[in-house]
Amino acid sequence: MARQVLLAAAALVFAFPFYFMVVGAFQESPTNTPDRLVPTSGWTTQNFAQIDARIDLAGSLVNSLVFTAGVLLGTVVLGTLAGYAVARLQFPGRRLTWVLMLLVQMVPFQLLMIPLYVQITRGYGLGDTYLGMILPFAINTTAVFIFAQFFRALPREMFEAARIDGAGELRILRSIALPLVKPALATVVLVTFIGPWNEFLWPFLITKDASLQPLAVSLANYITNVSQTAANPNGAILAGACALAFPVVALFCLFQRYFRTTDLGSAVKG
Amino acid sequence: MTTVTAGAAPGTGPGTGAAPAPAPRRRGRRRWWGGQPLGTLFAAPYLVFVLVVFAYPLGFSAYMAFHDYFFTAPGVEVPKPFVGFDNFATVLTDPQVLASFRNTAVFLVINVPLTVGLALVLASALNAGVRWAAAYRVAYYVPYLTASVSLVGVWMLLFSSNGLVNAVLGPLAPDPSWLANKALAMPTIALYVTWKQLGFYVLLYLAALQNVPRELYESAETDGAGGVQRFLNVTVPGVRAATTLVLVLAIITGTNLFTEPYLLTGGGGPDGASVTPVLLIYQRGIQQQNPDVAAAIGMVLVIVVGLLSLAAQRLNRER
Repeated sequence: MARQVLLAAAALVFAFPFYFMVVGAFQESPTNTPDRLVPTSGWTTQNFAQIDARIDLAGSLVNSLVFTAGVLLGTVVLGTLAGYAVARLQFPGRRLTWVLMLLVQMVPFQLLMIPLYVQITRGYGLGDTYLGMILPFAINTTAVFIFAQFFRALPREMFEAARIDGAGELRILRSIALPLVKPALATVVLVTFIGPWNEFLWPFLITKDASLQPLAVSLANYITNVSQTAANPNGAILAGACALAFPVVALFCLFQRYFRTTDLGSAVKG
Repeated sequence: MTTVTAGAAPGTGPGTGAAPAPAPRRRGRRRWWGGQPLGTLFAAPYLVFVLVVFAYPLGFSAYMAFHDYFFTAPGVEVPKPFVGFDNFATVLTDPQVLASFRNTAVFLVINVPLTVGLALVLASALNAGVRWAAAYRVAYYVPYLTASVSLVGVWMLLFSSNGLVNAVLGPLAPDPSWLANKALAMPTIALYVTWKQLGFYVLLYLAALQNVPRELYESAETDGAGGVQRFLNVTVPGVRAATTLVLVLAIITGTNLFTEPYLLTGGGGPDGASVTPVLLIYQRGIQQQNPDVAAAIGMVLVIVVGLLSLAAQRLNRER
């Protein structure tokens, strides 16, 4: 009983700001007093129109989507190849690849941010481009780990049989290994998706052009600069926050039944 | 971070994944090439990626920190002399940098114990097989998945001077309000980050709890141990390895704050009370065009994080 009370109270603390966000996004004036937490009137969709007028909501969402899709594509295609190689193939550099995967996870992005900024904007001239946004995140190492763990768990005999039958490695990967690790794919997509979709610092650094900014960046700009001059800034901020949060929450609910705690655990601690 | 890093980029700590078995010994060329040389081709894109986006910038960062590096117009070659530890001297005598490390200490003192304690309590309560466990898990995890920019927007409104939190507190509301108060700005950020990240650590502990044998609880119960005693004597030692991981990840997250002080307290305010090292890296390196100093802050920060993580592992080691 005490357990239920504790867990429910915690759930309330975690969920309340989301309730506040969603209700406030559709209110003419989001409440600041506890007695009006369950509003019965004053509903509106103007907040979305208002923020759209200032930061081009749809355009920002498209930018977020391109950024995220680029990272997902890189991770799913190139990350699967790398994960398969370290899990199932004997080749020179296999140990090196594994060691690099571990090291990469220990380097904080913040240490790399200044040199990467110089390298990508000045060296490669990729400031204000999608490619420049995507490049540092192009292959998610956590995803490579998850793929490798799943591929390693498949029975060895299956691969030997396929090789004896004359299947090439690419064929084995595509027709045998990949279909068997579909649950890993769900976890990988979710883990990879939240990285670029929620990322603020990097796109903030390299996009000066507002028409290229992902929603996380343009919403932050709205919060820091524009909102002072808006009629109902609170409602508009909450509307923008909803637009940014909704896709991830929807994706999570959709994939929830494939998403296993233990996969995450295996990726994190082996 | 940002992701973590970048979002979910955990996986430090010792023994991440089992190391692959050494290649079976074969003779001559075959031994060198291994069984499937195609593997090199498969892994090549990832290796190139690591080289370009991690190895090179890492070396570049060290180069900048030890040279008088500055931005020039494209195509202009100006000598950038080696200056030894000058940039580090600049950094370590800069009162703002020192303040940012003190602010980080305040953050960690609040955030780390809260994170470890709450995550373990919630995970073990969930693990006991309660009703609606799946729904609770989702509720705890959703803040971790959601963009910090979204949630910061909500917290800003909740904790503003005429916001909901102060309305509930009434006369108890702090003055100046939370985020505008020098003494409360960093603690409020620490609370926010604890709230946002907790679900991830609950899941880590849940995974670890699966490996604590049920028999231990049963025999403890037979020996007359109550709930609290079982928690302290069976659960806590049983998940020690996970605790080390949680400590290290919480320290890394806490020392890499940028979005929160940038947005919640308007760039490290009030009056620098919530300035963090990463915020300074941005201000010094990009706004004020001193990338060499910024790189030096980054290296000092990584050394501090490394030492803290080592200390956490030592402290938490089995005695």
